[in-house]
Amino acid sequence: MPDVKVNPNPRVATLVSVGRHPESGRARRAKQDARAVELGLKMAGTACRLVHVGDTTEPALRHYLGMGLPQLSALQAGPDADAVPALARHLNEHPADIVLTGIRAESGEASGMVPYLLAERLGWPLVSRIADIQTVENGVADVLQALPGGQRRLLRVSLPFVATVDDAASEARQYAFGPGRRGELAISVADTTVDEDRQGWQEMPAKPRPKRLNVVKAKSAADRFKAATAKPQGQGGKVIRDGTDREKAEAIMTLLVAEGVVR
Amino acid sequence: MSDIVRRDVRIEWIRRNRLHPQHNELASAPGPTRGPTGLLRRLPHNVGFIGPNGIRRIDRGAGAQGGAGGLGARALSHSAQTAPLLLHHVEQPDFYVAVVVDIAAGRLSSHDRDVLGQAHRLVRIHADDGQGAVVAIVLGDVREAAFDTAGVDRLIHLTEVNRQPLTGYCPELKLAVLQAVDSELAPRYWLFPDSIHGGADLGARLAARLGERPAVQAWQVDAGQTLCRGGSQHTDWQRPTSRVMLLAEECALAVGETRHEARPIELAAIPQVSPQIQDRGPVEVDPGKIALSQAEFILAAGNGIQDWDQFHQVATALGATEGASRVAVDDGNMPRSRQVGATGTWVTARVYIAAGISGAIQHLQGIRQCDKVVAINLDGGCDMIKRADLSVIGDSRAILAELLALACARRGRSGPGTAPIEGSQEDRHVA
Repeated sequence: MPDVKVNPNPRVATLVSVGRHPESGRARRAKQDARAVELGLKMAGTACRLVHVGDTTEPALRHYLGMGLPQLSALQAGPDADAVPALARHLNEHPADIVLTGIRAESGEASGMVPYLLAERLGWPLVSRIADIQTVENGVADVLQALPGGQRRLLRVSLPFVATVDDAASEARQYAFGPGRRGELAISVADTTVDEDRQGWQEMPAKPRPKRLNVVKAKSAADRFKAATAKPQGQGGKVIRDGTDREKAEAIMTLLVAEGVVR
Repeated sequence: MSDIVRRDVRIEWIRRNRLHPQHNELASAPGPTRGPTGLLRRLPHNVGFIGPNGIRRIDRGAGAQGGAGGLGARALSHSAQTAPLLLHHVEQPDFYVAVVVDIAAGRLSSHDRDVLGQAHRLVRIHADDGQGAVVAIVLGDVREAAFDTAGVDRLIHLTEVNRQPLTGYCPELKLAVLQAVDSELAPRYWLFPDSIHGGADLGARLAARLGERPAVQAWQVDAGQTLCRGGSQHTDWQRPTSRVMLLAEECALAVGETRHEARPIELAAIPQVSPQIQDRGPVEVDPGKIALSQAEFILAAGNGIQDWDQFHQVATALGATEGASRVAVDDGNMPRSRQVGATGTWVTARVYIAAGISGAIQHLQGIRQCDKVVAINLDGGCDMIKRADLSVIGDSRAILAELLALACARRGRSGPGTAPIEGSQEDRHVA
């Protein structure tokens, strides 16, 4: 690991939700949110704040406190409440420089819109799918963004900002029962409005999606037979037989550069 | 040419007469036989050829050895001249359906094509309101993309906005373009692929900016209702169809039967924005740490590799993730976790270099989703050559040595970025 200069100054708030175990369906800490808390702990230590809107009686919330944090601000709201205004109000009252969240919730609609709506409402920039925050200096942060295929990209963003934390971020630490019990769950009642749009929606168990069949658009029986039996083949690639090894290697290198995999 | 079919009676006579000196050369290339009335005659006994065991074989696929006027030849000529696709023409669109494609790595992905197919489904559903046009918004550089066959009626392609290039991560600039499109064309629907290549991010940004509630992970969309996958894939939400939709993979069938105009549209003005996020470029990651199934660039070795140290050096110099065929793993030259193929890992690399791999069917299955395959092999007739986009016939050791020299030269020119050779050495477990 390169040595990372951690500035104790940034005020970090992490938005946490209640997760759902994929097999048993039990409530747990959400995986991406836990990684966000881990990143918050790295950035601000125990000064990192936790914010939750929703059911405050859920015991799984104490899993986040069990990661070694003293307090979780739990804003009591009904199951059909809109969380974004309450969060925005909370962040106005208790300002933060960096707001971290997971990408999507593990239950419910899971649209992943909360960070976007929050950033839009606060007028802050949003960085999606980050893997790490490297430095925070002079009001700008160097953020490492996770790309598909294990690649990383360095972004520079001005504070304050909202960031969603990718699965590529460092693994969340184990939570302990004792600190989770001792941590303070600061419950306050949030002034929320009912999410009117969602009233008419129907929730149902997920239907298995039909598997897409490989439709063969062959006209004749011979073509269909060939499509069913033929080995996968490219569309007539270029073959270099003659020439020196140097020329052959150069041909490969040209393709690699054209594809952008070699810089 | 006149329609009268003229028979050459003399040649027909020679063909019948096996004792004629010219019989062999004329009988071997019979051509179409005409009956006395000019009808085309087909001799069923001439179809196919006699196989080595004396049994008549009919090869309908290849058609090469099929007899005169045989089925094989006819089928071949049929499939060879594929009819040009019908052009779908939209002169004055009454409404637009906007699709923002990912163009990951400069190409239309299958997800992009499915979303374009869904856009055409929505156009057909709303056919009562007049003729709709699918407008594709392409932001960034395009390498190869058949927009016309993918179903793009109108195309907005921008590589820079107000002299700021649209490369890398620039969601704020892209959002400004989408807002300009929204105010100019007022599309009835905004469709995005719900993908990690930026579609989900951009769609959520636009929905938040427009104040629309998006349908996320939508997989069944019609005029009134939409089915969306909920959290952890364990619920479905049925909800009214919204204006902004982030579509899941395989949401609809891609366009395949028609050709489209892909007529470019110029936007009048795009407002100036000052981005708060600055892209500082990609960061080098240790290719050995990337999981094989996720790696973008793989250098794989097979039976044809003898010099394994050289192979590892080339992979490090090119910055490629290492892969191996089953033979190389069984011989103990590479760890099992690096095996590519049906029994190993199914890879999705953009570029896959197969050095000394002849291409067993299990291996070819494993690399089916790779975009570009490069083969280095001594055998010019192996199956990997048929699959590859670029094949180089020659000794892999000599070609890899040249490739290593080229990669080192590039590295030396591009800057002081030295290869992280140490560290990955102990990972190279030998079974």
